[in-house]
Amino acid sequence: MNILVILIIVSLIVAGGFLVAFIWAVRSGQFDDASTPSYRMLWDDATTKKEDKKSNQSTNHKQESHGN
Amino acid sequence: MEIEKFHYDNKVVKYFAIATVVWGAIGMLVGLLAATQLFAPEANLGSEYTTFGRIRPLHTNAVIFAFVGNAIFAGVYYSMQRLLKTRMFNDALSWINFWGWQLIILSAVITLPMGFTSSKEYAELEWPIDIAIALIWVVFGINMIGTIIKRREKHMYVAIWFYIASFVTVAVLHIVNSFALPVNFMKSYSAFAGVQDALVQWWYGHNAVAFFLTTPYLGLMYYFLPKAANRPIYSYKLSIVHFWALIFLYIWAGPHHLLYTSLPEWAQALGTAFSIMLIAPSWGGMVNGLLTLRGAWDKVKEDPILKFMVVAITAYGMAVFEGPMLSLKSVNAIAHYTDWIVAHVHIGALGWNGFLTFGMLYWMIPQMWKTKLFSRKLANTHFWLGTLGIIFYALPMYVSAFTQWLMWKEFTPEGILQYPNFLSTTLQIIPMHMLRAFGGLLYLLGVFVMVYNLIKTAKAGNFVANEAAEAPALEKVVSKGKEYWHRVWERKPIFFTLLTTVAILIGGIFELIPSFMMKDNEATKIEAVKPYTPLELEGRDIYISEGCVGCHSQMIRPFRYETERYGEYSKAGEFVYDHPFLWGSKRTGPDLHRVGEKYPDSWHFNHMYDPRSMSPGSTMPPYPWLLEQPYDLEGLPDKITVMRKLGVPYEEGFEEEVQANAMAQAEGIVKRLEADGIETVPEAKIVALIAYLQRLGTDIKVADK
Repeated sequence: MNILVILIIVSLIVAGGFLVAFIWAVRSGQFDDASTPSYRMLWDDATTKKEDKKSNQSTNHKQESHGN
Repeated sequence: MEIEKFHYDNKVVKYFAIATVVWGAIGMLVGLLAATQLFAPEANLGSEYTTFGRIRPLHTNAVIFAFVGNAIFAGVYYSMQRLLKTRMFNDALSWINFWGWQLIILSAVITLPMGFTSSKEYAELEWPIDIAIALIWVVFGINMIGTIIKRREKHMYVAIWFYIASFVTVAVLHIVNSFALPVNFMKSYSAFAGVQDALVQWWYGHNAVAFFLTTPYLGLMYYFLPKAANRPIYSYKLSIVHFWALIFLYIWAGPHHLLYTSLPEWAQALGTAFSIMLIAPSWGGMVNGLLTLRGAWDKVKEDPILKFMVVAITAYGMAVFEGPMLSLKSVNAIAHYTDWIVAHVHIGALGWNGFLTFGMLYWMIPQMWKTKLFSRKLANTHFWLGTLGIIFYALPMYVSAFTQWLMWKEFTPEGILQYPNFLSTTLQIIPMHMLRAFGGLLYLLGVFVMVYNLIKTAKAGNFVANEAAEAPALEKVVSKGKEYWHRVWERKPIFFTLLTTVAILIGGIFELIPSFMMKDNEATKIEAVKPYTPLELEGRDIYISEGCVGCHSQMIRPFRYETERYGEYSKAGEFVYDHPFLWGSKRTGPDLHRVGEKYPDSWHFNHMYDPRSMSPGSTMPPYPWLLEQPYDLEGLPDKITVMRKLGVPYEEGFEEEVQANAMAQAEGIVKRLEADGIETVPEAKIVALIAYLQRLGTDIKVADK
């Protein structure tokens, strides 16, 4: 039964920790810009498609940047 | 800013996609065969290799790890490259991942029907394959983390976090649950016994659902749904919150599989509490998915891909609502051991995993082949076949569950069981099982329609094995003063992985450590409980190998209708020598924990030879091979040695007498059978099996006398 007491104390500390972290995070504006990433993931196809079309023309540019 | 040029690896994605479809069809076909055997046992074709007990794990493993597993890899390899704007870290690792995984599946396809099984649900594969799984999983992990490290995109999109959490947790779960001591090349005994083994198993089992069937799929949802709908996810903020809440809470929920068992009450309560909390983050994910389509429902009407995804997310929402409900003790009393659980997992498997996979494939294949889907109409046909399949599958299972439960618990006014013969409750639900198989057939037909459609699509297009892409190189991050911690974490993959690990470990440690610290020999010790005799141990191994646990439980719950039917409810102390535990998760047949000494040996003999001769109408298949095949007498001493290493108190030097001991017991059984007019030899498997069955649950009966 002792283990129960220890578990309850430890779990309250952990839960409290999570709560404090959460409140602090919201207060300090951690989640203020939470929209750009969701838009950004939609863009990559556009780039690729453009690149596909251009792939015949772009020659110098391609070789230059390949050095990286 | 320098623009770098690179290529996405589509080839490995293509291979994983093909493997998904092929194994999916095979896994579902095996499922259909298993479902058919529940009302027509002859469907095993009289072969030991295709009997329900052996193909059920084949079906579950094929669907979970082959179908869903390959779909995860296909989706992860596709989306991760694009989200992180880089090719996979190492092509060789990608291919080791691919071929290694297929070889593991192949080895499962061979070993499970042969009866090599550890009997741990969803982790049946024997130890050499377990090691291979761990290795290939780590290869996948290295490839994934490597890709994340060499990315060109600063922030890790939410899908990536789900992938990381899935990788880490599955590794931890698989390794802990697979702790076992090998006896020989294809046989091992679980390192844990009885109650502990059950707890570890369901800590694993529940979190295999969480971190193999849920979190990777949420990641896939976060990528493929916005892509298919061409609009951003409803709330990125919600995705952050529900991610951390989900991975933290999920890991605690395992014990809800063991309500009303001899698992300590505190662990049951803990599991229930966390299971109920789990509804919040689970629905967070569902809401986030569905609201993404806000204002785009006109698209859903037309686009079969979105239709599949909407039903997938809805099925997810239903299953994760049902989950917390099922973890309430009163509801669990109905659902556990009945078809409710079967319906529940199939809403998840057919709806959430299946439909999201189909949506993903319909979207991904035309992209990689640079063409349009061959036929929208056929995709719609598939959608309706699949949806009808799910309905025809699930509804009869719910009816079946309630029917069976109501019959189990029905007492006459005189206070005796209305249906004392368990079989009558099984026979009552046979029509429901037929409908279920029909639902499965519809669903499988839909898959074949998809295969045709996708092949036609691929033929019409040109596959791009290496897709050109470009992106600016990743800049060195210079802190601009006001930076938020979660943003910073998202740029530090290793740190992020560590945080995830900590979050999932807390729950696991809380559940497992106390039960290991308890010296359960002292807490639950029952003096009368003795280790199995060598012959009984061998019989137990045959029982495991034939997959008997797939239909029969060995856990009598403390309900009046169970103790009345079976006898004294099961105590934790009775299982201390059970490596592994065999509490079962479904009762197609009656519970066997107190079957020992209930019937004469000849009853068991006849019952295995022709079940219908003893129980008219029984859906159990005959096991004539048990009468002919000899058990492995030579291997017995090693088994005893391994058991002693695991803490079973066999005397030192007992190995010398093991075979003689087994033979003496076997001859006793042969003599008793002879008295009933049955000829057999002491070396036959049936003799060992009878020895085990006659021992079951008798130890504490002795104490009563």
